[in-house]
Amino acid sequence: MHKFLFALIAVCCLARPAFANDAAPLAADPALEARMTRIASELRCLVCQNQTIADSNADLAVDLRRQVREMLRKGDDDAKIIQYMTDRYGDFVLYRPPVKATTLLLWFGPAAMLLLGFGALAVVLRRRARAAANQFEPDDPALFADPHQS
Amino acid sequence: MIPELGHFALWLALGVATALSVLPMLGAARGRADWMAIARPAAALQFALVAFAFGCLIAAFVGNDFSVFYVAANSNTSLPTHYRVAAVWGGHEGSMLLWLLMLTGWAFAVARFSQHLPAPVLARILSVMGVLSVGFLLFLLLTSNPFDRLPNPPVDGRDLNPLLQDPGMVFHPPMLYMGYVGLSVAFSFAVAALIGGNLDTTWARWTRPWTTVAWIFLTVGIALGSGWAYYELGWGGWWFWDPVENASFMPWLVATALIHSLAVTEKRGSFKSWTVLLAILAFSLSLLGTFLVRSGVLSSVHAFATDPRRGLFILGFLVFVIGASLALYAWRAPKVGLGARFEWVSRETFLLANNVLLMAACGAVLLGTLYPLLLDALGMGKISVGPPYFDTVFVPLLTPLIFLMGIGPLARWKQAELPQLWRRLRWAFGAALIAALLVNWLRGHLGVVSTLGLLMAFWIVAALATDLGDRLRPSGIVTTSVLQRARQIPRAMIGMMVAHLGIAVFIFGVTMVRSGEVERDVKMDVGDTTEVLGYTFTFRGVQPLMGPNYRAAQGTIDVTRGADKITTMHPEKRQFPVTGATMTEAAINTGFTRDLYVSLGEPLAGGTWIVRVYVKPFISWIWGGCLMMAFGGFLAATDRRYRSKVRQTQGTDAKVAA
Amino acid sequence: MRSLRYILPLLAFLVLAGFLARGLNLDPREVPSPLIGKPAPSFALTRLDDPALTFKRDDMLGKVWMLNVWASWCVACREEHPLLVEFSKRGLVPLYGLNYKDKRPEGQGWLARFGNPYQASLFDDDGRVGIDFGVYGVPETFLIDKQGVIRLKHIGPLTPEVIRERIEPMLKKLNA
Repeated sequence: MHKFLFALIAVCCLARPAFANDAAPLAADPALEARMTRIASELRCLVCQNQTIADSNADLAVDLRRQVREMLRKGDDDAKIIQYMTDRYGDFVLYRPPVKATTLLLWFGPAAMLLLGFGALAVVLRRRARAAANQFEPDDPALFADPHQS
Repeated sequence: MIPELGHFALWLALGVATALSVLPMLGAARGRADWMAIARPAAALQFALVAFAFGCLIAAFVGNDFSVFYVAANSNTSLPTHYRVAAVWGGHEGSMLLWLLMLTGWAFAVARFSQHLPAPVLARILSVMGVLSVGFLLFLLLTSNPFDRLPNPPVDGRDLNPLLQDPGMVFHPPMLYMGYVGLSVAFSFAVAALIGGNLDTTWARWTRPWTTVAWIFLTVGIALGSGWAYYELGWGGWWFWDPVENASFMPWLVATALIHSLAVTEKRGSFKSWTVLLAILAFSLSLLGTFLVRSGVLSSVHAFATDPRRGLFILGFLVFVIGASLALYAWRAPKVGLGARFEWVSRETFLLANNVLLMAACGAVLLGTLYPLLLDALGMGKISVGPPYFDTVFVPLLTPLIFLMGIGPLARWKQAELPQLWRRLRWAFGAALIAALLVNWLRGHLGVVSTLGLLMAFWIVAALATDLGDRLRPSGIVTTSVLQRARQIPRAMIGMMVAHLGIAVFIFGVTMVRSGEVERDVKMDVGDTTEVLGYTFTFRGVQPLMGPNYRAAQGTIDVTRGADKITTMHPEKRQFPVTGATMTEAAINTGFTRDLYVSLGEPLAGGTWIVRVYVKPFISWIWGGCLMMAFGGFLAATDRRYRSKVRQTQGTDAKVAA
Repeated sequence: MRSLRYILPLLAFLVLAGFLARGLNLDPREVPSPLIGKPAPSFALTRLDDPALTFKRDDMLGKVWMLNVWASWCVACREEHPLLVEFSKRGLVPLYGLNYKDKRPEGQGWLARFGNPYQASLFDDDGRVGIDFGVYGVPETFLIDKQGVIRLKHIGPLTPEVIRERIEPMLKKLNA
């Protein structure tokens, strides 16, 4: 019932400026927070439908954000944090799929499709170039009447 | 009584649709004019019946008839009337009825506006649309009946999801469905042409305006969805590569490829079978999207309540429609001719390269969206594919496409010369590069990606300017004035320019926002200020507020810039008693060059609130660009040759050079 | 030969349809645990009933045991609870609870009201041990073998079918 009064963010450990009018940043260390948000944006919130841990308000997301902050403070790098998450939740928690044998098709598929597409186009164009003139329809003269035709 | 009438109307519509599917098609095959003549009135009757059923459902909602299960699940007595109407398409069953309404509506439009089509052609087209109607009617009546009654009606309903109680949500589904379903027209034209064996430039000319109009709706629908997410979801994002978003984006990509491919086929008669395939694929992706959203196969914020039985039905329908049309394609397409000849360097080739890039982009989105399912089905584990993947893969495909977009319109049909194109365009490229570097330097942002983004946007503009300049001031002997030449530019060409300009505006917006937006999360007491990019935000406190069906805490924040008062913003946190849900309503001040975006976080002790402040430069250009694209499409679709009452046959129009 | 390429779209589509059909039987939201076959994360938690007593993972080495994650605020836990109470009476396996992100009075009160099937419940008030176990939704149930390796994870409330078809066979295997 009082949901918007209920979920107090536990950031009470942050010191507030005594009397300044300038609003204090929510995070004690905005630079750390930015790094946390960047990492959290790549992690999936398992509780909600398709939200990142950075965006979600679920308890688990709040807990995991806290976890990431702590690890960053300890000095862990991105890779270690990602490893921590995948050790516990599997690859499913990563929005950037890891490059493994099973995801080679995923990561290289688009480039392959592009190459195949241009390859097919080249083959077709060459076939057309070799075809005899009588296999083609005649040009529509109206199309070429105006040199600045569209 | 009214729900029963609506239900009955749907059964009648099924009968009409069945007749429409069978008789005109057989009539065309056997030359029976009387059977073919059924097509038009049947299409009209079908539409009238479905529209009546839709009206009955609206009546049930507005009248708060909670004995109807669907109404009870999606509405409430405290829901304002206009949202009761929108609630009609707020859930699965009603949205399928909306889909059906659009489908029969488009069929009716085809019947009404195709006086010039030969009877057998029109008969086949409408029959194909009839088959689609039969499929959707069966789906509705057998698995998703919106008129099902509850044996014990509740006193009040479960209310519409608060996220959907918003103007954007009122218009987004209808626009989107108009687009999705509109692609069925191109599909039906293609299938009818394959069946009848009359794939020629005339077919392309007929198909083109219908496709363009469907594309316009799809563009607007997607833009509305994105805009709605931006101001409704409370954290300022506007595209998440969510499976359902992708499901709408893929048909859009293919429809864009189709519009361009139709240009080649219409003008030159070439690549007919490729264009036909695109027409089939575009609507197939619409159907696939429907399946993905309603079957529970993918997890998504948008997914409707799922039921494997429904998923199976849609899949069966999908396999039938797409399978049959692709089989027909495999059988008939090889016999189609080559069309007119063109060289390696020509406008045709540029347009086809555009197609390859768009299809690769669509393929990338499809791959990313379905890959988790693929791996899971093969027992190879569970992964997530999210924005990091799509952003990485999509942008490199987009870049060459934009590059070609500048060159294509300047290349001549059949044969163009690269050196000549280079000579005309090198200034454009240079100017674009300088402009991009200049803008970035002026705002202090010399990043490679943002410079590339700006380069793409300016390149389009510069290339367009070059093209326009060539048309208005051609080299060589000139006998007309600039004004005369300007008036001579076909409307379709202006449409193309406006649409391409819209893309430039879109890219500019995306680049500026992505590289330049600033976010600040602060704790604010009454009187506290925070400064972002020159704007000063002063927190004036939070007051309680009563809405029609919600309680809210409304914040007041004054915004100034230097000495000037800019605006006062009122973000809210709304609580809906019926569902218990809490919504964050961000306050957005939209400007030409920036959006100011403020949302309330959580309250802390002593009247302090967590407030999130964003300044987003040029973000409105994203949707402005989309609207320009849609407008360009509108101009192209209303070109004189589609409006002329006197129709010529077989491409001997005097005004074909357009 | 040339007509063969026109059949490619149809074939590609049929393959896709096959995957989609298979997908209808899968749950996209079910997350398999990467911890199966790995040692249970080490932990040391106080007991719910007595904050002075500590329970460590290694206390259970040499025994097969079941860990059930629950909370007093969890609605679905109430669904499975009677089943757990009955199951624990059968004495097939020592059952321990992980009281996840709860408050002591609420947790104890809940057990008093609905029955206590656990040998003991461990108090994980900030959820860190839960995270180490990859918990994302309550209730969840783990089976851990004599070497301390996680051998089974079930997400969601237990049902008689799950107990019969997954847990009991696994228990037989682990105890053999």
